[in-house]
Amino acid sequence: MYKTYVRLERVTGSVVAVKTNDAANRELALITWPGGSSLAQVVRLEADRAYLQVFAGVRGLPTDARVRFLGRPMQVPGSDALLGRIFDGAGRPRDGGPSLDEEMIDLAGPSVNPAKRIIPRTMVRTGIPMIDVFNSLVESQKLPIFSVPGEPYLELLARLALQAEVDRIVLGGMGLKHDDFLYFRDTLDGAGALTRTVGFIHTAADPTVECLLVPDMALAVAERFALRNERVLVLLSDMTNYADAMKEVAITMEQIPSNRGYPGDLYTQLASRYERAVDFDDAGSITILAVTTMPGDDVTHPVPDNTGYITEGQLYLRGGRIEPFGSLSRLKQLVNGDTRDDHRAIMNTMIQLYAAYRETLEKRAMGFRMSEWDGQLLRYGEGFEARLMDLDVDLPLEAALDAGWRLLADCFERTQTGLPSALVERHWPEPA
Amino acid sequence: MANVGRIVSISGSLITAAFEQPVVQNEVAYARLHDLRLKSELIRVRGRYADLQVFEDTAGLYVGARVEFTGELLSVELGPGLLGQVVDGLQNPLPALAEASGYFLPRGKYLEPLDREQRWSFTPGVREGDTVFAGDALGTVPESEFEHRIMVPFGLAGAWTVRSVVAAGSYTVEEVVATLEGAKGQSVEVSMLQRWPVKVPIRAYRERLRPSEPLVTKVRIVDTLCPVARGGGACIPGPFGAGKTVLQQLMSRHAEVDVVIVAACGERAGEVVETLREFPELTDPRTGRSLMERTVIVCNTSSMPVAAREASVYTAVTLAEYYRQMGLQVLLLADSTSRWAQALREVSGRLEEIPGEEAFPAYLESVVAAFYERGGTVRLRDGSEGSVTVIGTVSPAGGNLEEPVTQATLKVVGAFLGLSRERSDARRYPAIDPLESWSHYGGVVDAADVSFAQRLLRDGNEVAQMMKVVGEEGTALEDVVRYLQAEFLDASYLQQDAFDAVDGASGAERQALVFGDLVRVLRPPLAFDDKDAARRFYQYLTQVTKDWNRAPWQTPEFEAGREQVRTLVREAGGDV
Repeated sequence: MYKTYVRLERVTGSVVAVKTNDAANRELALITWPGGSSLAQVVRLEADRAYLQVFAGVRGLPTDARVRFLGRPMQVPGSDALLGRIFDGAGRPRDGGPSLDEEMIDLAGPSVNPAKRIIPRTMVRTGIPMIDVFNSLVESQKLPIFSVPGEPYLELLARLALQAEVDRIVLGGMGLKHDDFLYFRDTLDGAGALTRTVGFIHTAADPTVECLLVPDMALAVAERFALRNERVLVLLSDMTNYADAMKEVAITMEQIPSNRGYPGDLYTQLASRYERAVDFDDAGSITILAVTTMPGDDVTHPVPDNTGYITEGQLYLRGGRIEPFGSLSRLKQLVNGDTRDDHRAIMNTMIQLYAAYRETLEKRAMGFRMSEWDGQLLRYGEGFEARLMDLDVDLPLEAALDAGWRLLADCFERTQTGLPSALVERHWPEPA
Repeated sequence: MANVGRIVSISGSLITAAFEQPVVQNEVAYARLHDLRLKSELIRVRGRYADLQVFEDTAGLYVGARVEFTGELLSVELGPGLLGQVVDGLQNPLPALAEASGYFLPRGKYLEPLDREQRWSFTPGVREGDTVFAGDALGTVPESEFEHRIMVPFGLAGAWTVRSVVAAGSYTVEEVVATLEGAKGQSVEVSMLQRWPVKVPIRAYRERLRPSEPLVTKVRIVDTLCPVARGGGACIPGPFGAGKTVLQQLMSRHAEVDVVIVAACGERAGEVVETLREFPELTDPRTGRSLMERTVIVCNTSSMPVAAREASVYTAVTLAEYYRQMGLQVLLLADSTSRWAQALREVSGRLEEIPGEEAFPAYLESVVAAFYERGGTVRLRDGSEGSVTVIGTVSPAGGNLEEPVTQATLKVVGAFLGLSRERSDARRYPAIDPLESWSHYGGVVDAADVSFAQRLLRDGNEVAQMMKVVGEEGTALEDVVRYLQAEFLDASYLQQDAFDAVDGASGAERQALVFGDLVRVLRPPLAFDDKDAARRFYQYLTQVTKDWNRAPWQTPEFEAGREQVRTLVREAGGDV
């Protein structure tokens, strides 16, 4: 039986202090008072005083609340019973189902030994041509989706959750609007994809501290699945909310801010989460896609900037489409060499032609005369946007490559594209 | 009698312990958590309280827990068997750790960096009665392609007399190979293994020399325009995605040095894995052995504990200095020094020190300077020369070079290889900006040619800026030609295809020859009828020169390529 303490010495921000001699660092405690209860975690120990971060916030917390230390750090269940379930940021069921307490795992465990990692070599097919063809996602990759608020990034995440060819999806929502949460749930449920999914959802109305737990819970569960030889895709949204929660907590704890109010360890905090992406040498893998909204479309903002240094490329979402310029999967060359012989050539040529189309658009806007070539490019560009870039397009890689050839044949002569002749011979479609 | 303290407070990776007996600044202490011993370093003393940074996760530690002070500074083990190793920031061998503990890095588990069982074939180099000083070789053992010197411990001051030395034969690193006697009659037993505190430079050499020899990296834009000297320091700042790590990986493969130490500090684990898995497969063209046999990887990737990140760069530089003491040329690649600076910032914040710019500690500059100063060329006591060249990447926030880490680094390095987002977006690799970058060192090509090329690149850039405003129509023919010449030099010489076996690594002689040729091609004025003719000519010349770059050195193919370039220029009226 654990000892109970009944006097809070201090309440500041979301942190309370209690006089005790037997608390351990990062230990979990349960705080109860007549009006409610909350979990709390030890964040600092000083002589006979323990500082606890209260997950549910401190509003309405009386100084005579009862504090009971639980003798363990924060944990999350790791059994298969998780599948199809949705929890909140403190690990409580959000779907009306029973709480789970099987196979509990500690959050933020030790990191993977680099000697147990392998160079990733398996592509994650998503059915989204802008990813599969142009920026192939690779198992164990961590990619942010840089987006301005208002872009359909949740729709994109939902599509990925439905279509990605992986065994398990772990969803982490941070600061989601409640509507968005419902949209997510209903979309996955409607398509029958909920059964391979676990969700940890913190909504904007929930206490800030709970937001901080979401990535750790999602990744701890993902790690457990991966060790059981499963390919796991972790979808996170929105990492900027997560960083803002960190900022809020750091400042209330009187830490010295470094850049625009964010704590000095922002990079380390983000990296230690993203680095959980892994391809084990003899088990499964974790792949991470994380929405990072860019305040003011500014990629030099501390959150996207630090993220860019951590992740292996990035996808830009602009104008409702995945932008071909700037988006980059750094690992794509590990996998796109052995998909189909025309993959790399189509990838490069179609982007070059699309860039030429953009230049033509500028020329047209400035009132220059359009040549015949310009006319072809205009037709190509519009076709490219409608047939491949549109987020609603759902094509397997091979079909997307074929659609690319079809589009090229619709707009150009065989000799105009600069594609290697051998590939043109093999793939150029007959006129429709 | 062990010196034991008790924890009185814990904040993140920083713990404070009360102590009774004297302690030593920067000594190692172990915080006890039941059976676990968590390594930490003493970083501040106030009254009878010592602040310790713990190199591990502090979860579970409690007030009142034991802290065992060791009295020893944070040290590394030096001896044969270091080459080819992959260790963490505290010199734990990671593959052995994986064997012992599986997928994850358990805390509180420390393995011996050097194999205690392995036997090395020792050949004595001194005789009984010889006088030796710290750093002198007592004998050698073969390691990889080198004669690994077994040296008098660096910490022994003054003259020592060899009292005994073992006969040639095979010994383990812990067996005594020699006994030395000091001036006061004190006796020291020396084995192949010695320990050295990582934060103290090894100074067992006769003198420091000015770095004068170029270190050939085989990256043309570096060796030709902004060369790095053996024993010099260089930094590679750049925004994310500009290719810092790729550039360092290329250097770690191709650089003409004996030993490469890679310090992967706070960066992606995936990149370490690439080196780790690929290097054993790749052969070093100079020795025919695997690249791994000349490489040591010290990694503290971004997910590993922050406090050990600082230790990792010091561990790496100490290993580099150790091999320098054998008269070898060592290259230390640190990726990225910004992450190390951030680790300093985190610890400083925990210590509640008064912050400097962007919350970095005020001593950032002196710490960075002291680190780069551990590079250098030295003449050893036996007259041979060794060097440590330090090349560090910097990851400036937002790509803005005004930030404190970049500025602190620029003050102490001799070469600045700035990567630019524009160049990497335009797929001009390596994306080193030829206009912004500089070097104080001498390179592998003629200096007059270099200033000619720099002038040409500047002019070309000015014309390009002008053409953006007035269009090509409004630009004079000779200006357009100047621009095309600069573009030609950029495309056919400065840019390099890292994936092409020949083009990816260009030796010093080849660079001198090709660059000399190209400058001769570019110097005389060529007359063109119009801009289109000029453009066609330089486009074709670029094509031909690029083919030439792919022809292996000293082959008929290479000569043919050279001749083709000359012919083309002669046909255009040039005199080469």
